[in-house]
Amino acid sequence: MQDIYDIIVIGGGPAGLSAGLYGARSRAKTLILEKGKWGGQAATTEELENYPGSIEQPTGPEITARMKRQAEEFGAETRAETVTKLELGGKIKKVITESAEYQAKTVIIATGAKPRLLGCPGELELRGKGVSYCATCDADFFTDLRVVVVGGGDSAIQEAIYLTKFAEKVTVIHRRDELRAAKSIQERAFANPKIDFIWDSVVIEIKGDGIVESVVVKNVKTNEVKEVQTDGVFMFVGYDPVSDLVKGLVDMDERGYIITDENMSTNVEGVFAAGDVRVKSLRQVVTAASDGAIAAVRAEHYISENF
Amino acid sequence: MLEINAENFEVEVLQSDKPVLLDFWGTKCEPCKALMPAVEKLAEKYGDKIKFCKLNTAENRRLAISQKVLGLPTIAMYKDGAKVEELTQDKATPDNIEEMLKRYV
Repeated sequence: MQDIYDIIVIGGGPAGLSAGLYGARSRAKTLILEKGKWGGQAATTEELENYPGSIEQPTGPEITARMKRQAEEFGAETRAETVTKLELGGKIKKVITESAEYQAKTVIIATGAKPRLLGCPGELELRGKGVSYCATCDADFFTDLRVVVVGGGDSAIQEAIYLTKFAEKVTVIHRRDELRAAKSIQERAFANPKIDFIWDSVVIEIKGDGIVESVVVKNVKTNEVKEVQTDGVFMFVGYDPVSDLVKGLVDMDERGYIITDENMSTNVEGVFAAGDVRVKSLRQVVTAASDGAIAAVRAEHYISENF
Repeated sequence: MLEINAENFEVEVLQSDKPVLLDFWGTKCEPCKALMPAVEKLAEKYGDKIKFCKLNTAENRRLAISQKVLGLPTIAMYKDGAKVEELTQDKATPDNIEEMLKRYV
C-alpha cells in the first residue's frame, strides 16, 4: 500500500502552492495535484501589481512559478494529474486521479475559479476565433487591430490597459455607467488615449463567419441596439467556482462556493478549502496565499490532535 | 515536433502525405506550455501515423490568423491540404486531443 500523505492539496494556484509550501516546510508529507496549468488564474495575467512585494515588473507567470519552486524546495511533491473522485468521509481520505489513487489524513481543496461565460449567441462558436478570456494568451493576435473588452471590474480594466500595448483601439463595454475597478486602475484607463467606453450596455450577440467580425450591443437604459465592428472580444464578466468535484461532499453556497470558517475548515473533518473556491469577500492572489497558509497550519493541528 | 513557419507551412502541413497535428502556441501562453508535454507524449504514441508539428504564433501571427486561429491553445488537424478539425482553449485537453487523433490513425 502507498504511503499516507499528511496533506493532499488539490489545485496548483497561489492558494494550493502556498498551502503546499507551509505544509512541506513544517515537515508534513505534502502532495499538490494540478490538472492543467500551474499557477492558476494568476499565471494568465501579466499585471500583478497588487501582490505585496511584486514590484519591478514581475508577471503572474513569474511569481507563480517561483511559488511552485519554493514549495518544491521545501519538499512538497507536485504532480500534474486530474482528480476524478474524492472520498472524504473516513478518517483516511481517498484522492483518486485518472492514473493513481492516493490516501491522506487531510485534504485542502484549492481548485479556484474560472472566468464566467457571458452566455450570448456566438460566444461558444467563436471561442478561440476572436472571443477570449485570457488577454496574455491571445493579445498578440490583435496587434494593430480593434478589440472590445466586456466588463468593468479590476480584471476587465487591467486587461484593457494591457491590450492597448497591442491593439490599435480597445473599447470597454460595461453594463453600468461607472466602473467597479480600483480608482488607480480607472485613472490609468481614462488617461489612455487608445481606450474608449460604451456605457450602460451589454453584448447580446457576437457575429462572424469563422472569426469575430462584430458585436451587437444593447443599451440597457434606452434599449437602443447597435452593431460594433471588432476583431476580438475579451470577456471579463466575473468568475464561477471550480467545485463540481466536491459537490455534495462539502457544504457550499447556492453559487457553488465552499463554505468554511476562518480556519478554512469545511463542514467535513480534515477537509479544508482555500482560495477563490471559498466563500469570501476578496478574491486576490494575496488572500489566496493567506488562505493556503492558514489551511496548511490548521491541517497540521488537526493531524496532531487526531492521529 | 517539427517547427512550422511561413516558409515550410505549405510543404510540411498542406502537402503532407500523412495527417498533420498542428499545435498553435505562443511564448506568453501559459496554458499552451502546460499542454505541450502531453502533446509530445501523444507524438511518441501516434508519431508513425500522424505528423506532429507546432507553430509559435508570436512569430507567425499572420499565418495563424490566415488559418483562422485567434485563440490559444489551438490544436488543429490537417488532412489533404485543409484544416479538418480543431480543439481550442478549454476543449484542448490531452483526452480530447487523443480522441481526435484516433479519428485520423
